[in-house]
Amino acid sequence: MKAVTANRLADGRVVYLAPDGAWTERLVNAAIFENIEAENALASLGASAIEFADAYLIEVHTDGYPSGREALRETIRNSGPTIRTDLGKQAENG
Amino acid sequence: MYRYDEFDAAIVYDRVKQFRGQVERRLSGELSEDEFKPLRLMNGLYLQLHAYMLRVAIPYGTLSSKQLRKLAHIARKYDKGYAHFTTRQNVQYNWPALVDVPDILDGLSTVEMHAIQTSGNCIRNVTSDQYAGATAEEIEDPRPWCEIIRQWSTLHPEFSFLPRKFKIAVTASDHDRAAVRVHDIGLRLHKSLTGEVGFEVIVGGGLGRTPIIGPTIREFLPKKHLLSYLEAILRVYNLYGRRDNKYKARIKILVNAEGVDRFREQVEQEWALIKGSDLDLPVCEIDRIRVYFSPPVFERLPHESASLKESIQSDDGFARWVRVNTAAHKQPGYAIVNISLKPIGGVPGDATDAQMEAAADLAERYSFDEIRVTHEQNLCLPHVKKDNLFAVWTTLKQHDLATANIGLVSDIIACPGLDYCTLANTRSIPIAQRISERFADFDVQENLGEIKVKISGCINACGHHHVGHIGILGVDKKGEEFYQVTLGGSAAEDACLGDIVGRGLSSGEVVDAVERLVDFYRGERNDGERFLDAYRRLGPGPFKEALYANA
Ligand code: SF4
Repeated sequence: MKAVTANRLADGRVVYLAPDGAWTERLVNAAIFENIEAENALASLGASAIEFADAYLIEVHTDGYPSGREALRETIRNSGPTIRTDLGKQAENG
Repeated sequence: MYRYDEFDAAIVYDRVKQFRGQVERRLSGELSEDEFKPLRLMNGLYLQLHAYMLRVAIPYGTLSSKQLRKLAHIARKYDKGYAHFTTRQNVQYNWPALVDVPDILDGLSTVEMHAIQTSGNCIRNVTSDQYAGATAEEIEDPRPWCEIIRQWSTLHPEFSFLPRKFKIAVTASDHDRAAVRVHDIGLRLHKSLTGEVGFEVIVGGGLGRTPIIGPTIREFLPKKHLLSYLEAILRVYNLYGRRDNKYKARIKILVNAEGVDRFREQVEQEWALIKGSDLDLPVCEIDRIRVYFSPPVFERLPHESASLKESIQSDDGFARWVRVNTAAHKQPGYAIVNISLKPIGGVPGDATDAQMEAAADLAERYSFDEIRVTHEQNLCLPHVKKDNLFAVWTTLKQHDLATANIGLVSDIIACPGLDYCTLANTRSIPIAQRISERFADFDVQENLGEIKVKISGCINACGHHHVGHIGILGVDKKGEEFYQVTLGGSAAEDACLGDIVGRGLSSGEVVDAVERLVDFYRGERNDGERFLDAYRRLGPGPFKEALYANA
């Protein structure tokens, strides 16, 4: 399964495409796609969009956690630096 | 210190204004990300794992207290209360919002700083010896030459789109603290047999995917010809350097492919056309720039300080710090103070806003207003009276800046790695933290002597692992973090690349393995023999055995 991720343009924060087409800061709230659907969702974002930069697909479990080869990278993106748990989303969610 | 003239000020001012407009156009949708990305990179703004990252240039690693206070202010106001000092003597902010960056750049411009040429395929910030102007070892202060190169290379139209980025380092001491042999061009000021001072020119060194210790293409270049000779090198590179493959585009690949002799010939041919042209600065212009770097007005003092002696006798912690973190100054009665940004278990190179302000205050009060940034990710107060060392140490201690480990096993270089960097294979910082904790005992560290541990989270080698006495490179094995150890590298005057000794170690294994290496060294060393020298004497075999002993 896949999700679409990007960085929010104005402040760079990591965001995910939600089922309603908006961006969410939480991977657990992201839309989860089958592979082909995910490609379509990514393609339909449009290149000059003003809300985000650098969109790409990530592999996720059905429960919304990163999986596959890039799981550690995407977990860190979704949480924050492992060496500074006072920073990033991990600091806000708790 | 160098002060901006009207040209410098105008360039920086115009650039901030231009970038503000570009950000507005991006936010309004007038520019696409593809159009905007090269523009933001030209202003040092990257997109990293969690957020944008702004890289600010610190020319040849020299800062005034006012500048360092501004860096602290930016960290507090626009970032998350800290900044990261890098192996390029630059500083990075990890969390700035795009909408704030024009204001940040505005703020930097008020203290004569900017982020120009901290990214992209141009001539990057020139780096130098952090002891410049302070050490008795040097032939002369290398920074006027760095500044001359900075002015020549700033927005140089011919060299704004080189095949790849280009890094120049300058040193003027026999002991190389600027790692000149692993730069695209390394310049070493030295004296010829007739007593004339000039440059040894080293071209085509570098780390990364294809590490190379740079060969010398000219033993002696008279100082007055510096710019025409550099221009000739850059022209040859610009013309013949590969542009079809990013991994083969650095000048080291060209020098290697052509061979040193042929490359030298090409440079000499090009040089013949421009040597003595108005590229070569007249003596009066060189002198004009040199004035900015005139030594401060030192007091005439005896070599030894009675109060220092007393404090050393009464406080062991202070005595250790003086032994480990201070270095000899050329001026009697003064010392060079190194400020470690490597507290035990800390993040190498990170400093909080309060720490930066404390260092700035100390510089203003005790070091003629100067701070240096080192390529080993520490700070340095270049000119402190020995009488004042105790006061400086006391304040540093209050701010957790007095770790007595310069050059020791816990003074680790580590790149940001997968905790921040979008190119990373693995994390670097946690390995550095665990090694530092393992050797936390300062008696043990000091007894072990100089051991340079350098860690990179990917083959780009920002953590200089190839030239670590112990180098550690993060590699990804099917989504797991593994670490490849190299041994016997050096970035100093005895520069050499470390040997890869065998298979990668898991994150769980690597710290124990490093400890076994160090234990082995301790058992085998001769009196006063450094880790690196013991390795060179004994060869990789026994160290390899120690590294994998339990595996
Ligand atoms: S070495 Fe690799 S992981 Fe480390 S900072 Fe450089 S690019 Fe990033």
